[in-house]
Amino acid sequence: MSGRLTQEQIDLRDAVGQLAREQIAPRAAEIDQSGVFPRDVVELFARQDVFALIYPAEYGGLGGTLLTNCLMIEEVSRVCATSGLILAVQALGSLPLLLAGSDEQKQRWFPGLSSGSLLNAFALTEAGAGSDSAGIRTRAVRDGDGWRITGTKRFISQGSEADLVAVVAVTDPEAGRHRDLSIFYVERGTPGFEVARLEHKMGIRGSPTAELVFDDVRVPDANRVGEVGEGFRIAMRTLNRSRPGVAAQAVGIAQGATDVAVAYARERVQFGKPIGEQQMVQAMLADMATRTEAARQLLYEACERIEDGAADAARWAAMCKLFAGDTAMAVTTDAVQVLGGYGYITEYPVERMMRDAKITQLYEGTQQIQRLVIARALLSAQ
Amino acid sequence: MRIVVLLKAVPVVGTEKMTGGWLLDRSAGLESNGNDEYVLEAGLKLVEAHGGELVTLTMGPSPATEAIRKALAMGAARAVQVVDEALAGSDALATGRVLAAALQRMEFDLALAGADTSDGQGGVVGAAVATRLGLPYLSYAAAIEPDPAAGTVRVRRISPTGYDVLEARMPALVAGTQLLGEPRYPSLRGIMQARSKQIATWSLADLGIDPASVGTPATWSAVLTATPPAQRAGATIVRDAPEAAVERIVEFLAARRLI
Repeated sequence: MSGRLTQEQIDLRDAVGQLAREQIAPRAAEIDQSGVFPRDVVELFARQDVFALIYPAEYGGLGGTLLTNCLMIEEVSRVCATSGLILAVQALGSLPLLLAGSDEQKQRWFPGLSSGSLLNAFALTEAGAGSDSAGIRTRAVRDGDGWRITGTKRFISQGSEADLVAVVAVTDPEAGRHRDLSIFYVERGTPGFEVARLEHKMGIRGSPTAELVFDDVRVPDANRVGEVGEGFRIAMRTLNRSRPGVAAQAVGIAQGATDVAVAYARERVQFGKPIGEQQMVQAMLADMATRTEAARQLLYEACERIEDGAADAARWAAMCKLFAGDTAMAVTTDAVQVLGGYGYITEYPVERMMRDAKITQLYEGTQQIQRLVIARALLSAQ
Repeated sequence: MRIVVLLKAVPVVGTEKMTGGWLLDRSAGLESNGNDEYVLEAGLKLVEAHGGELVTLTMGPSPATEAIRKALAMGAARAVQVVDEALAGSDALATGRVLAAALQRMEFDLALAGADTSDGQGGVVGAAVATRLGLPYLSYAAAIEPDPAAGTVRVRRISPTGYDVLEARMPALVAGTQLLGEPRYPSLRGIMQARSKQIATWSLADLGIDPASVGTPATWSAVLTATPPAQRAGATIVRDAPEAAVERIVEFLAARRLI
C-alpha cells in the first residue's frame, strides 16, 4: 500500500475500482467492437459523482486533487480505456476554465460539468497544427461585443459528444509567437459549428474522435477564457495538468493487462503445468508488474509536484506521460505474448488493451514532444 | 420516518477463517453483511420518500468500522457501534440482548434487520430483539410499505405460495431479504461526507449490561471442533472468457458422451 495516499483517496479509488469491475468491465469489449460512445458509462459517472471530483465545492464539485482524479482514471482504464478517457477529456476540457475562468463562467458551466449533464472537449489540434501550435489557422475576429470564429479542428476527442468545446484560435496574427492565441468556449448548437466527420481508429474505439468545423461562428465575449493573447499560456498550463491524466490512463491499461496475464498464466496448462511455472513467463510477468509500478509511482510523484505548484511542472507532466505511455505499450505487448494465440484474438481483452495503449504515446503531445519538453527543461535549468 | 438498521460486519465472504478457540476471526477484513445491505437500501429509499433519518446500529469489534463507513457513505445519517472486549464469542441470545438494550435508547419507527447473516446464519437475532422490546416482528419481507399517518407498516412476506401481506403498528421490526432490491453503490460525494459523520461508540457499561452475561463464558452452547469440508477431487474450474469457456465445457461433456 502506498504511504502517500490518504485513507479518503484509497476509499474513493476502491469505490471507483468496484464500479469499474462490476459495471464497466462487462461492457468493455462491446464498447470497443461497436465503436459507440458509452452513454451508460457517462450516466454511471454522473450518478456516482465521479465527474464532480475535479470541480471546486462552491460550484457543486468535490474539490479533489489532480492525484485523486488520476486514481479514478487509472482504476477505470484498468478495465476500459475508452471509459477512462471520458474522465480525462472532461478534465482536459474544463482545465482552461479551472485555470483562467471568471467566477461568472464557473457559475455558468461548472454545475453542469460537475453533475455530468454537460460534457466538454478541448480543441487545439488542427490538420496542420499537431505538435506545432504555431500552425494553428483557426481565426477569431472581433465582431462588436463578441467574436466570429472560423476554422477546422481535427482529432478532437469527444468533440461530437461535447456540449461545450474549448477552442484555441488566433486572435492577433501580428502579436508574435505565444501571444497570438486566445481560448473561447463554443456551445453545441451555435450556428456554424458542425461535426464534419469521425475518424476510424485503431484503439479507444468507443471514444469518438471528431473533425469540428467552425464557419463564422459567433460567440459572445463572455465565452472567452482568460485575456486576449493568453491562449498559448493557458493551453500549456492545461497540458501540464492533463498529461498526468493520460499517464493515469496508461498506468491503468498496463495494470489491466498485467492482471489478465497473471490470471492466464495461473490457469493455462502446457507441458503438464501452468505456464506461470515456466521461468520465461515468470520473467515477463515480473517485468510487467515492475514497470507498471514504476510508472505509477512517477505519476503520483508528478501529480503532487504539479499540485504543489512546482516551477518545473511541465517537465514532471511530460516525464510521467512519457514513461507511462511507453510502459503501457511494452506491458500490453508482453501481455499478448503471455497469452499467445489467445492474446491475439478478441475473446481475450489484451489485444484491445494493446491497441488502446498506442494512443497514450500519441495524444496530448507525442512521446517525442515529451522528450523535447524534458530536455529543454534540463538544459535551461540554472 | 426514523429508521434504525441493524448492521453486522461479517468476514468477507469466501475468506472466513477460525481462530484457535473455534471462533470466526474478526480481527480484519470485515464487510457489511449482504442481507443487511438490502434492508439498508430499502430503509434509505423509505427516508428519501418520507423524509426523516436512518441510523445504523452495529455490535462488533473496531474493524467493523469500515463496514459502518460504507453504510454512512450510502446515505445513513449516523451510526451507533457497541464495542466491548467482553462481547467476543457472544451467542445469538447475548447479541439479541445487547442490540435490544441499545435499540431501546434510540428513537425509531422502524427497525430493519437482514433475514440472516453470512457468518452466524441463525436468523434469530432480529426476532430476539423484537421479542425483548415487545415489538411486532415482520419477517422475510420482500417489500416494506409504511403509512406514517396511520402509524402502521405493511410488508409483503415471502410464503410458499407467493407472498402474504402483513400489517402491524409502528414501531416494528422488519427482517428483510434480497427481494427488497439491489443496494446502491456509495457515491464519491457520499464517501467524502461519510468521513465527517458521527459513529457513536457505546460500551456494555453504557448499556447497563453485566459483562459476565455475554461473550464466550455466557454461551448456552459450545463449539467443540470445527472442520472444513473435505476437498472434492477432480474438479475443473474453467475461468476462460465466456465463449472459450462454453467451448471447453461442451468438449468436456461431449468427450464423456453426456451430450
